[in-house]
Amino acid sequence: MAEKFDAIVVGAGPSGNAAAYTLAKAGMKVLQLERGEYPGSKNVQGAILYADALEKIIPDFRDDAPLERHIIEQRMWVLDDESYIGTHYRSDDFNKPPYNRYTIIRAQFDKWFSEKVQEAGAMLICETTVSDLLMDGKRVIGVQTDRLGGEIYADIVILADGVNSLLATKAGFHPEIEPKNVALAVKEIHFMPQETVEARFNVQGDAGVVIEMAGKITQGMMGTGFLYTNKESLTIGVGCMLSDLKKQKISPYQLLEQMKAHPSIAPILEGGEMKEYTAHLIPEGGYKAIPQVFGDGWMIVGDAAMFVNAMHREGSNLAMTSGCFAAETVIELADKQKPFTAKNLARYREKLDASFVIKDLKKYKNMPDVFHANSQFFTTYPEMLNQAAHKMLTVDGVDKKTKEKQIMANFKHRRSLFGLMGDALKLWRAFE
Amino acid sequence: MHIVVCIKQVPDSAQIRVHPVTNTIMRQGVPAIVNPYDLFSLEEALRLKDKYGGHVTVISMGPPQAEGALKKCIAFGADAAILVTDRAFAGADTLATSFALASAIEQIEKDMKVDMVFAGKQTIDGDTAQVGPGIAKRLDMQLLTYVSKIDELDLAKGEIKVQRRAEGGVQVLQTRLPCLITMLEGTNEMRFATMENMFRAARYPVNFWNKDTAGIVDVSKIGLKGSPTLVSKVFAPKPNTKPAEIIDTEGHEPRDLALTLLSKLFTQHPKLRDSIVKQAA
Ligand SMILES: Cc1cc2nc3c(=O)[nH]c(=O)nc-3n(C[C@H](O)[C@H](O)[C@H](O)COP(=O)(O)OP(=O)(O)OC[C@H]3O[C@@H](n4cnc5c(N)ncnc54)[C@H](O)[C@@H]3O)c2cc1C
Ligand SMILES: Cc1cc2nc3c(=O)[nH]c(=O)nc-3n(C[C@H](O)[C@H](O)[C@H](O)COP(=O)(O)OP(=O)(O)OC[C@H]3O[C@@H](n4cnc5c(N)ncnc54)[C@H](O)[C@@H]3O)c2cc1C
Repeated sequence: MAEKFDAIVVGAGPSGNAAAYTLAKAGMKVLQLERGEYPGSKNVQGAILYADALEKIIPDFRDDAPLERHIIEQRMWVLDDESYIGTHYRSDDFNKPPYNRYTIIRAQFDKWFSEKVQEAGAMLICETTVSDLLMDGKRVIGVQTDRLGGEIYADIVILADGVNSLLATKAGFHPEIEPKNVALAVKEIHFMPQETVEARFNVQGDAGVVIEMAGKITQGMMGTGFLYTNKESLTIGVGCMLSDLKKQKISPYQLLEQMKAHPSIAPILEGGEMKEYTAHLIPEGGYKAIPQVFGDGWMIVGDAAMFVNAMHREGSNLAMTSGCFAAETVIELADKQKPFTAKNLARYREKLDASFVIKDLKKYKNMPDVFHANSQFFTTYPEMLNQAAHKMLTVDGVDKKTKEKQIMANFKHRRSLFGLMGDALKLWRAFE
Repeated sequence: MHIVVCIKQVPDSAQIRVHPVTNTIMRQGVPAIVNPYDLFSLEEALRLKDKYGGHVTVISMGPPQAEGALKKCIAFGADAAILVTDRAFAGADTLATSFALASAIEQIEKDMKVDMVFAGKQTIDGDTAQVGPGIAKRLDMQLLTYVSKIDELDLAKGEIKVQRRAEGGVQVLQTRLPCLITMLEGTNEMRFATMENMFRAARYPVNFWNKDTAGIVDVSKIGLKGSPTLVSKVFAPKPNTKPAEIIDTEGHEPRDLALTLLSKLFTQHPKLRDSIVKQAA
């Protein structure tokens, strides 16, 4: 006889775990299916964990979650080929518990989260891929897995299967993801002694530093780079829109190699031993690319629903929050003994709209278009800024007023007055 | 027919890292798997069960986490799983391990007669290939190692005929049951578990046995006390940093190049020449 559950959650990433945990805690009979060997085996993330989203689900997560370092300093670097100009913000406030952001290693974190989910009472089955949704007309009534006798039924199916949700596409809920809406990121972990990490970043104990980077490292393509401190390793990575990579015929691996050779980055990695190389897609289409996220008997959460704020490199928190909202919606309806129809599940979207998830994505809704159409933000500007800083800081007998004039002339020469004003306007509108 | 399969949970060696600073093995965060060699034995046992009917019990000695490895075997189709776990077993070498497992199998036998025991050819972490033979000796069972094929099994007569890979060829061996078999790798392919068995595994309560349940009275034979093997030192070999020499081939005859290569080889390995000459003679 085929198995039947209250809810099936597809995927054991942050969004699926948040959903399954919340549902199981409420006493529902939950099945979670994960295609990886174990939760986290296929997942890639920088990774910064934002405490707030997790705290709302597991308030005492700090007791036993595998956390690397809490972030006390954020650096933003704009790089050209030889130099960078940037800001560093370090605050002792960030060094006082409860900490707000942590670096994590996803394989370990996902495993921990999944253990919590199973303790809460959900059943997890790994190494099992959901290949199709079982439909009764327009209503989802269960899933089909890749195993013999793989039909499993449920009142509600939550798709937490990550970026490029093939299931939703196959079921016709949304079209296939477009290359202009998805970034391809690669990252490596470099091991070195804890003391070396701490000395290079001037931190002690469990404190850590984050460097976010933009500029010529992406060779004119829309994208960013990052470098994070873990306990005894550094994570470095770079990502660009798939459409750009395709057009420029550059492999992300080449980008990362060049980035690692940058004179400001190479000394930080010096002597480390590279132990892990991974690549993953990030849905960065933003607000305009969000698909329909609910229907009769189904909801989509996390990356599968495009919930990534690329401007702030937030994803896992949107994933957990949306997973939690989806579960809460199910629990509320079950309490009132209402069916999981599209009409009733619209409550999920209302919760999202009222939260930072949709509000933030809406705020930056034009960002992807602006950056797509204006590659100067990733080439000309970083160079101009770095050259300006270089000029001002070189003491060579030229007076500062003249230097300013030279800088302005260079700006106008490179980008014209109209160009400069237009770019400022575009950015201002996009950020507004 | 009742088959007992011994499995060990081992760290996935493909994902093991040597700590770049301290040179020790970093087990933390390395996923644990069923020893790959054991899967060939489990699959063979399951095939016998499919063909002749019967019951497959998997058994492992190890820490409580080894429950995961046993559940995986249930998913593949084993009927029952026993984890022999006790602090008293800590520090066991192959002598103590085979003693504990043999004792546990004797306990299993009390419930249901055991016709065959399967073990892996060896493990990927200890690599001694001693535990299987150790169990066979202790249980006074016929031992068939490196088995590549089971030709015949006659349960009525209690006889088995197998092919065994030996140096220079294949031996065909026939013996009486009960026997202990270790399968050669690559002789079969583990099946893809059905959904029904995945659910069964997810719900299956593994039997936890301690030293008493495993019928062990003499504690001087288990754990560190029962282990005469001493590991005096563990180290990672130094990586070979000598760069390869590149020989320019442009404008040289193949024959000359071969001679250059040989003379370089013989200068570096003086004994090689003599040994080749001797073998040729
Ligand atoms: C390089 C990189 C850096 C990032 N850095 C950050 C960061 O610093 N901070 C941050 O908050 N976010 C970051 N993100 C984004 C973050 O990783 C994602 O937003 C987050 O993982 C989304 O969680 P999810 O559960 O929706 O999807 P995922 O984590 O992708 O999980 C989906 C799961 O579903 C499984 N699955 C898929 N299809 C099926 C199927 N058919 N059947 C069964 N299982 C299936 C997968 O195996 C996977 O385990 C980064 C992403 C990348 C790639
Ligand atoms: C150099 C060295 C140092 C070691 N140091 C320690 C130590 O300090 N502390 C410690 O606890 N251990 C230690 N061990 C591990 C321990 O001695 C062996 O792991 C154990 O006795 C099994 O030996 P093996 O892994 O070589 O198995 P093998 O003899 O190669 O295994 C053959 C087959 O026997 C079966 N089998 C083996 N072990 C088990 C088991 N536990 N349960 C069920 N079936 C099994 C499997 O079917 C396996 O395929 C060490 C091993 C070595 C080689």
